[in-house]
Amino acid sequence: MLAPTKLMPAQICGRSAGVTQIPFSLTLACMHTYASPTLSYTQQDAQTNQATVIAAGSWQVRALADPAHPGTLEKISATLRSVPKVDETHWNLSQVEALDYIGAQLLWNAWGKKRPAQLTLTPQHETFFRRLEDTGTLQLKKPPQHRWYTLSAYLQFKLRMADHMLGFITLIGQLVMDLGRFLRQPQRGPWKEISANIFHTGYQALGITALVGFLIGVVLSYLSAQQLHQFGGDIFLVNILGMSVIRELGPLLAAILVAGRSGSSITAQLGVMRVTEELDAMLVMGLPHGYRLIMPKVIALAISMPLLVVWTDAMALLGGMVAASAELGLSFKYFIRELPDAVPLSNYWIGLGKGVVFGSLIALVACHFGLRIKPNTESLGAGTTISVVTAITVVILADAVFAIVFRGVGF
Amino acid sequence: MLPDIDHSMTACTDEHADNPQTIIEIDHLSTRFGEVVVHENLSLKINQGEIVSLVGGSGSGKTVLLRQMLGLNQPASGSVRVFGEDINRIDAEHLQQLRNRWGMLFQQGALFSALTVFDNVAQPMRELRVLPKQLIRDAALLKLQMAGIGPEHALKMPADLSGGMIKRVALARALALEPELLFLDEPTAGLDPNASESFVNLIRELRDELHLTVVMVTHDLDTLFALSSRVAVLADKHIIAYCRPDKVVEFKHPFIETFFRGERGQRAFEALPEKPGQN
Repeated sequence: MLAPTKLMPAQICGRSAGVTQIPFSLTLACMHTYASPTLSYTQQDAQTNQATVIAAGSWQVRALADPAHPGTLEKISATLRSVPKVDETHWNLSQVEALDYIGAQLLWNAWGKKRPAQLTLTPQHETFFRRLEDTGTLQLKKPPQHRWYTLSAYLQFKLRMADHMLGFITLIGQLVMDLGRFLRQPQRGPWKEISANIFHTGYQALGITALVGFLIGVVLSYLSAQQLHQFGGDIFLVNILGMSVIRELGPLLAAILVAGRSGSSITAQLGVMRVTEELDAMLVMGLPHGYRLIMPKVIALAISMPLLVVWTDAMALLGGMVAASAELGLSFKYFIRELPDAVPLSNYWIGLGKGVVFGSLIALVACHFGLRIKPNTESLGAGTTISVVTAITVVILADAVFAIVFRGVGF
Repeated sequence: MLPDIDHSMTACTDEHADNPQTIIEIDHLSTRFGEVVVHENLSLKINQGEIVSLVGGSGSGKTVLLRQMLGLNQPASGSVRVFGEDINRIDAEHLQQLRNRWGMLFQQGALFSALTVFDNVAQPMRELRVLPKQLIRDAALLKLQMAGIGPEHALKMPADLSGGMIKRVALARALALEPELLFLDEPTAGLDPNASESFVNLIRELRDELHLTVVMVTHDLDTLFALSSRVAVLADKHIIAYCRPDKVVEFKHPFIETFFRGERGQRAFEALPEKPGQN
């Protein structure tokens, strides 16, 4: 009954293959050299006079899941399910050409995870079932489920928020201490890092801020000009445009662009440094994160942001002038002559101040989330997203605070 | 016993008497990165059921060669045939079928950091889209168990694992689809001696059970002597020697002398209970 145990040289690509396999040409490429797995169930076998299941072909995962023969596995599973009494059935696996652990597991599960009383199989397939028998049933314990509407989930959410607030306050405190150290010994400060960060966050952002500023200026001027023209108030375009761009839109536009550009890159950079253990390496070498990573970024953004604000203001006003001369026929010369009268200088200083504050906030928020990234790719993506969203929200909140604090200034 | 046939180009290319199936065939392969020539006219043949170790100095292009066998890097010239198919000229559908027949253990594990240990191993099985959930669960847990990871660790994230456990999980993932061919890049680097020993035993067991063909890059002489049926030495931009470990050490070449006949090499070789390749 048992097939010969010796492996034949013609087991081309398989492993425990080849009881009845005919030797293929040895130069044949090793594709599709297995027979499809089959399973047949007879209620009353002619010879043994009892229920018999005969398995044949290759019971390897590649044959079971062969895309060329769809439905193979479903058919076999259905047959396995239809066997009424596993223990009173004779299982004949001696015609199985090749087996692997997935094929063995399929049968094993059908047998209720134990060896059936009547089983015939070739000796070289014995090891698979012996290992399954030795291993026993492995249980995967259910992961604890957290539903968002439970009280504990709500408390955890509150706790996380509190944790974030605490972390952010700690970060600001650390920054103040680092700034103190920097002012005491400015010659030993991280000048190179500051300069590199100004280059990355400031100089490299000139193009995009110019483009966006110019286009917003054109749109704003065009829309306002149409409305003003109806009331015959063409000359007030300078007031509207100058005031809104210099006091409000310029700083906000620049901040949102920088939050998207530099905020995300800072978070991702710190996150990858966590993943690659560079942050730990810095600590080991005695390079504190606050002084060498966070402070330079905050200082750099606090310097480059107001400069970008001026640049964005200029570009937006230029766009506004172009649209105004096209729509209302206001000359450039008139526009520039009227601007100082229409917009008091204090608005310009408020805009610059906003730039400094927004820049520092963006850097702080980005660093805060960057340092909290866990060493896996999903956390990196989520951390970067939440960093940018939070930075933009914080900038808009800060803008509202500015509006309230300076409500009597500059009109 | 295997008869030795000495070729003039490569020292002692052992050939089996009964002409076994060739799994990997690299033919006159050259690799260049810009100006730097890594491989020149490199040829190598790996037969079914062998465990071939690839050794060479740092920067000699071992990992690049491994990546070329997997189709991750393209050679400048020459061909790489795996299972009889030129993997650089094959269509995407066939390549996918080939990819289900080999497994790779990366040096750092390369586990998907966003997935649990269990999901990492189950991923390739789910990708087939036909296996039932229950079967995948049992098969993945069995693979983990075989690699020495109990089900209590199955729901951990890769970031929470030690270096040795990452290697084991990565091996379980490489074995998930019952490959016929297994690539190992520094399988025992960073493992403690005990873990290395059990790793070696596991690979040997799997080779016997699943009739695996194994190609590994290793610097660990203990592993090399314990496992290899043949050793391919990569130096001077090609394979300078390709024979059984006990023959390789006798070969005259400055690299081999420093690599194998240093104090460590001698110790590892002496410590073997039986000389490899003789059974």
